[in-house]
Amino acid sequence: MSNTRTAPLAPRVETQVSARGRRPTRLPRLIGWAYLAPVAIYLIAFYAYPLYRNLELSLRDYTVRSFVSGDAPFIGLDNFREVFADPTFWPAVSHTAIFTFVSIAFQYVIGLALAVFFNHNFRLSATLRALFLVPWLLPMIVSASTWSWMLNSDSGVVNTALGAFGLPEINWLTSPTWSLVAVILANIWIGIPFNLVILYSGLQNIPDNLFEAAALDGASGWQTFRHVTLPMLRPVSAITLLLGFVYTLKVFDVIWIMTRGGPGSSSTTLSTWSYELGFGSLLPHFGPGAAVGNLLIIVALFFGLLYIRFQNAEASR
Amino acid sequence: MNTSRSTTKTVIGIVLTLLMLFPVYWMLNVSLMRSSDMRRDPPYLFPLHPTFSGYEAVLHDQLPYLATSLAIGIGTVVLTLAVSAPAAYSLAKLRPLGGKPLTFILLMAQMIPGIIMAMGFYSIFLNVGIINTWWGLVIADSTLAVPFGVLIFTAFMAGIPDELIQAAKLDGAGTWRTFTSIVLPVSRNPVVTVSLFAFLWAWSDFIFASTLNSGGTMQPITLGIYKYIGNNNQEWNSIMATAVVASVPAAFLLVVAQRYVAAGVTAGAVKD
Repeated sequence: MSNTRTAPLAPRVETQVSARGRRPTRLPRLIGWAYLAPVAIYLIAFYAYPLYRNLELSLRDYTVRSFVSGDAPFIGLDNFREVFADPTFWPAVSHTAIFTFVSIAFQYVIGLALAVFFNHNFRLSATLRALFLVPWLLPMIVSASTWSWMLNSDSGVVNTALGAFGLPEINWLTSPTWSLVAVILANIWIGIPFNLVILYSGLQNIPDNLFEAAALDGASGWQTFRHVTLPMLRPVSAITLLLGFVYTLKVFDVIWIMTRGGPGSSSTTLSTWSYELGFGSLLPHFGPGAAVGNLLIIVALFFGLLYIRFQNAEASR
Repeated sequence: MNTSRSTTKTVIGIVLTLLMLFPVYWMLNVSLMRSSDMRRDPPYLFPLHPTFSGYEAVLHDQLPYLATSLAIGIGTVVLTLAVSAPAAYSLAKLRPLGGKPLTFILLMAQMIPGIIMAMGFYSIFLNVGIINTWWGLVIADSTLAVPFGVLIFTAFMAGIPDELIQAAKLDGAGTWRTFTSIVLPVSRNPVVTVSLFAFLWAWSDFIFASTLNSGGTMQPITLGIYKYIGNNNQEWNSIMATAVVASVPAAFLLVVAQRYVAAGVTAGAVKD
């Protein structure tokens, strides 16, 4: 994975210095820009501009009418103040943190265990490993609605299974105590394949002779894992976890489809809250919604920068 | 490694896979269930009395949504390829000034949460008057795939031998000829990978659809399912049947194009 990811990060330095001076190298560079022009225009029109509009939304007092007329008054940081003072703010922050950390912890541990398991080649291992990709490929709305029905209080198969073990029924989606657990459960399921595939490719890159040496020294399976596999996998693990953070912070579909952040705000995260403010009711609060979105982007870009710095450090080693 | 240990592992592997895929099985099971059995407690674990009424409902209600999703998916693929392949050719082979910062921007762009883009697009689309259009969704959905596309193409094209490009140059081919008759033909694999993922992400998109096309006449299948859940939440066989149909592109990818999938995932591709 690091190969394909880092290759574009470090394009080879221009080495073609012509004997006749600088002019011949300038032309290809101009031509190079002709090919980059579409993507540059694209990035400005469809990335930078929406982000700018979002920032503007968060600094003005927008209503449905002023959206069309375009004369929303500038109110500075009032939207942000409103968001900070909202009783939903701290629950949303803590749910986002819990959702992200718990999801990633389980996804990583389960993904790693499966990667180690599949790293022993056995009959059908490639086929079974491919089947593990299914949750990752399904549209989120498919997974989320399937989990909703499985976790239904009265007719859900999960409660049936709990009942078979003599455990009481749980109101997964309708009780404030369990709603966050329910969406985390579904999200772990969705994220396992990504962790499995990346960690598996990391394992494949560990030289076999290290394992052979450990076996010659009489190391047990656990010792080999602890002292060979884990240390050798550190860079890949870091990449998996950092990317996991960025992508789990963004998760919206699963939570919105399963619980709409509810009941109350018991499973509200920053993404679902932002959506709820902007689009969730007939009386939209675009300004505060955009403000929440802008807080979210700061966190996401922080982890994103960490990831890129880490990638660069790895690439230059 | 003796065979009995290997067989044990295969058995464990099969059990783990079945556990992991249980929700998928359950989706199929419920999609075939009679409405009268839907609230049965405990539920039937197997489709003992299968009915296709759920799928009939799909045929009756959801075909326009499926067609729209197909159109949006294809549009997104075309736009993504058109923007990302030339850019990658430039980044990999023409070494333009500012290539490095551009790559950095593309990496960061992948990390922007969808809800933020959705709000920005909403405000723009409303002003420009393209809210609730299917091709507005093509634009929005392509933002999920363009950075990924450039990075995948660049990684691949950087590996094309310079001699090949030099030879074309000696034969008098300009950069455009080189691009269309040398670089693109050998880039078949990344073209397939990028196309598949662009299509899958556009097909699966819910956040852009629900914000930018909530009142349109041509809506994608994700909104079809979402409305189903909202309108008749007793008819879970119809909802699950729609979900099964909406999973067809994913199944296709897994069966027909599996090697491209692994290539895409390990390149850091993650849907949001």
